Amino acid sequence: MTPPVVRPDDPLLADEAARWASAYVHVPFCARRCPYCDFAVVVDGEPGADAGTDAYVEAVVAEIAMERPWGPLHAIAFGGGTPSRLSAVALGRIVGALRRRFGVVDGVEVAIEVNPEDWTDRFAAELLDAGFDRVSFGVQSFDAHTLAWLGRVHDPHQAEAAVVSARHAGFRSVGIDLIYGTPGEDLDRWVTTVRRALALDLDHLSAYALTVERGTALSRSILAGAPAPDPDQQADAYEAIGELAVAAGLVRYEVSNWARPGHHSRYNLATWGGAEFVAFGAGAHDHRDGVRARNVRRLDVYLDRVASGVRPRAGSERLDRAAADVERLVLGLRRVAGVRRDDLVERLVVDPAGRRLVAAGVLRVGPDRLVVERPLVTDEVSRAVLALVDRDPSVSGDDC
Amino acid sequence: MVEPVELHGLPFPMTAPSRIRNFSIIAHIDHGKSTLADRLLERTGAISERDMRAQVLDEMDLERERGITIKANAVRLDYVASDGETYQLNLIDTPGHVDFSYEVSRSLEACEGALLLVDASQGVEAQTLANAYLAIEGGLEIIPVVNKIDLPAAEPDRVAAELAGILGGSADEVLRVSAKTGEGIDELLEAIVDRLPAPEGDQAAPLRALVFDSFYDTYRGVVSHVRIFDGAIGQGDGLRFMATGLDTSADEIGIRRPRTEPVETLGTGEVGYLVTGVKEIDLIRVGDTVTHRDRPAAEALPGYREPKPMVFSGLFPTDGDDFERLRDALEKLRLNDSALIYQPETSRALGFGFRVGFLGLLHMEIVRERLEREYDLDLVATAPSVAYRVNLTDGETFMIRSPQDMPEPGKIASIEEPYVKAMIIAPATYIGTIMELAQSRRGEMGEMTYLSPERVELHYELPLSEIVFDFFDQLKSRTRGYASLDYEPADYRPSDLVRVDILLNGVPVDAFSSIVHRSEAYRYGKAMVERLRELIPRQLFDVPVQAAIGSRIIARETIKAKRKDVIAKCYGGDVTRKRKLLERQKEGKKRMKMVGQVEVPQEAFISALKLDQ
Ligand SMILES: Nc1nc2c(ncn2[C@@H]2O[C@H](COP(=O)(O)OP(=O)(O)OP(=O)(O)O)[C@@H](O)[C@H]2O)c(=O)[nH]1
Ligand SMILES: C[S@@+](CC[C@H](N)C(=O)[O-])C[C@H]1O[C@@H](n2cnc3c(N)ncnc32)[C@H](O)[C@@H]1O
Ligand SMILES: [Mg+2]
Repeated sequence: MTPPVVRPDDPLLADEAARWASAYVHVPFCARRCPYCDFAVVVDGEPGADAGTDAYVEAVVAEIAMERPWGPLHAIAFGGGTPSRLSAVALGRIVGALRRRFGVVDGVEVAIEVNPEDWTDRFAAELLDAGFDRVSFGVQSFDAHTLAWLGRVHDPHQAEAAVVSARHAGFRSVGIDLIYGTPGEDLDRWVTTVRRALALDLDHLSAYALTVERGTALSRSILAGAPAPDPDQQADAYEAIGELAVAAGLVRYEVSNWARPGHHSRYNLATWGGAEFVAFGAGAHDHRDGVRARNVRRLDVYLDRVASGVRPRAGSERLDRAAADVERLVLGLRRVAGVRRDDLVERLVVDPAGRRLVAAGVLRVGPDRLVVERPLVTDEVSRAVLALVDRDPSVSGDDC
Repeated sequence: MVEPVELHGLPFPMTAPSRIRNFSIIAHIDHGKSTLADRLLERTGAISERDMRAQVLDEMDLERERGITIKANAVRLDYVASDGETYQLNLIDTPGHVDFSYEVSRSLEACEGALLLVDASQGVEAQTLANAYLAIEGGLEIIPVVNKIDLPAAEPDRVAAELAGILGGSADEVLRVSAKTGEGIDELLEAIVDRLPAPEGDQAAPLRALVFDSFYDTYRGVVSHVRIFDGAIGQGDGLRFMATGLDTSADEIGIRRPRTEPVETLGTGEVGYLVTGVKEIDLIRVGDTVTHRDRPAAEALPGYREPKPMVFSGLFPTDGDDFERLRDALEKLRLNDSALIYQPETSRALGFGFRVGFLGLLHMEIVRERLEREYDLDLVATAPSVAYRVNLTDGETFMIRSPQDMPEPGKIASIEEPYVKAMIIAPATYIGTIMELAQSRRGEMGEMTYLSPERVELHYELPLSEIVFDFFDQLKSRTRGYASLDYEPADYRPSDLVRVDILLNGVPVDAFSSIVHRSEAYRYGKAMVERLRELIPRQLFDVPVQAAIGSRIIARETIKAKRKDVIAKCYGGDVTRKRKLLERQKEGKKRMKMVGQVEVPQEAFISALKLDQ
């Protein structure tokens, strides 16, 4: 079956994705904690880890039952942590629970993040059986030095083999994540990584600039004097991958994401469009009925709460009009498709800050859409949007 | 006990002028004035041992932190002399730093005598001479005192001879004390009573009181320090301030010991404070004469000469909303610091502020700190400048106190800059070093006299700007602290001066323009553009930073366009967190100023200016 060939940056697709219902499942388990990572993860020996993955799966299934009915789902996404630390059977149990609770549309996307070292042909077959049609490998790099620097478990060959295996197994979309701009990685080494990636004939490619998140081991070592990522080096790396990916037939559709036509990530497109989604698991965030809520991050606390029959919430925020306006533009403008011109956009483009962004070639005002032409400076646009919404006397902020 | 005298036929417990002594303690900086005041307070029982602390009259936090006196401070002591009589001593401790000599001259006006202190280990220094001359000109009786005789390095004989030399007396008349150990204090107290004249005024004449200081009290309004020259003030009296015409009344009068103590009356020759409840700051001026409304004096006291600010700088609130508070603070501070003058100024880079005149760089620093602390402001100051005289080609001449006021080069026939007469006192071994330094700062040497075989007094004429900026620091460091400097304004002389402008993306940033000697222009321009290149964050496009004289560019740097400013990974789960991150960044942007399409954080301007000082 051939998927409909729609370009991932198609504005109609972007607008449609804003209406999709989707579900996210967070799997916090990791073999070890990468020095740059600040996601909700538990590694062996940390509170809750000893309860085991089975208990976690049961808890997630129980949590799914607590969510108000909704749907049908256009996409189901497993992220982490390392979802591939769960067995395909366990993953399938969760997918089944989601299908039963919310229903799914025909051709629903069921995606999973996988660490290369966890991949086997057998796991591939079981995932397909469990209903998965999309895999994304956390490759990060094909450079052995960079992988070591990033504290990764796998080696470049393992990653290549995993991708090839997934291809052969018959997943509808196969993609990888890369990280660029690691201190000390020169452009040549990065270009080599990119070429090796593109040689795999990928359906999807995500490339993220190494980001120093607060509280991580990376951040501590930089504070102690280790070299920090250099934004100019990152810009060079970004430009290089941009050119090579396009030459390989991939189309950029978000700041850091490229896809072959027909292979965009539905779940991600939905979230960038501001669509609502349900989410389950320790540290998971959801967005329903105008509220963004998050679960507790601690695994042991999560398990306890669910066991006692309560939703394991850590906090929530009702999006007022200002926040919703900001999100619509801030998220929407990360997409190559940009956003439809509405009142807020009209105000932005006549605002002095907006005019400067247009003059600097960052924003382009099209006949019916506003788009970002220099994705590497998107945050300048985001801040201008925030400032604009801030100044608007007709909206008032209320936070819960 | 104080013996009552008659006033207007009514008995008041006032001290007869014959038993009053009013004097200032004057000296070069750090020679021990405030410490000597401590001993006098202690010996006369004005302050209990428990309340005693070093330099107790240095009441301001800034004075205590820096260990220097900034404000003159008056206090009353009762001293039982060896003749068995009780004398009222009104002492004014004065600052020694050259920037505060206006405080000294005002204090001297309220006194008949002065204690001229010299550090026995240092000898006569520049402000020793300068302050001695002020006292002599004022017709005051001077008691020369060698202090710190306890120090191992003390040379009391040599220093006494130096002092006698400059005062034209004999070394025997020079007292020797240690303000630290208290040695010689009794003799000093006796000398104050014996050698200083009593105040002369006419007790029966209409009231004339000199306002020699004042400050603003939130509850009581303006509080003035007064010296009664003729007549007396009684509590509740109807009063008139002669210069401003303000009619008011004496809500409260009193003295400081140093704790304030209300009294019924202040008689001829006495010193005290006066509260009128007046809150209109500009109606009470230092130097004004207070008289009675119903029996006004025919003539006011001579008052004070206007202070001559030497250095000017723009003061701006870092938060633009604080402009009014800054205005209010300046008004109030001016009461307490009459050397302060100011007028509003606008800067594109810094917003609304004031151009303020100061007596020197220390004065500038102190004013700014006082404004920040006492009035809770956060300020930025532009580079200090002296006042230049500009002669235009059309024959017109005017003064400029800010680089912004400088006309286009084409209209200028010539510019003159202020010169000062400087006096340097130093050990003779440093003559060569000093001559070299002065020459490199465009100094012209005048006379040189030996105070003693080891110490010389050198006279120079120098551009004020050189003195103000780093001459003094250089002098200190090259003479290992042994040289001292005093200066007074001389004349204006033609000079090859230019205004260097700093342009950001082609637009001048007014706060950084500076008038400098042509030979310094490149150095200034280059330093400034390099600094701004470092401090100004990268923009969405390349930004040239240039230094220019008129339309000629003399230095240039480029702030390279920023290439990456984006959150790399943004997924459904962390939207709230990312929004908050952007929110914080945006808050930082609020303090940005737009200059020539360039967004500059206020802090960049501020740091660039701070580095300049
Ligand atoms: N050994 C010794 N030290 C003294 C004596 N008098 C003052 N000092 C020290 O000299 C320093 C300066 O003393 P101050 O009393 O602050 O001097 P000042 O003349 O009031 O200084 P300014 O008000 O800043 O001009 C302090 O460290 C004192 O402790 C003295 O008689 N002997
Ligand atoms: C949350 S991680 C989990 C996926 C998987 N466990 C792994 O380690 O590959 C998902 C992706 O986020 C990216 N990522 C995580 N932390 C990052 C950071 N500090 N800077 C840039 N990218 C990061 C990596 O590319 C990673 O593949
Ligand atoms: Mg002092």
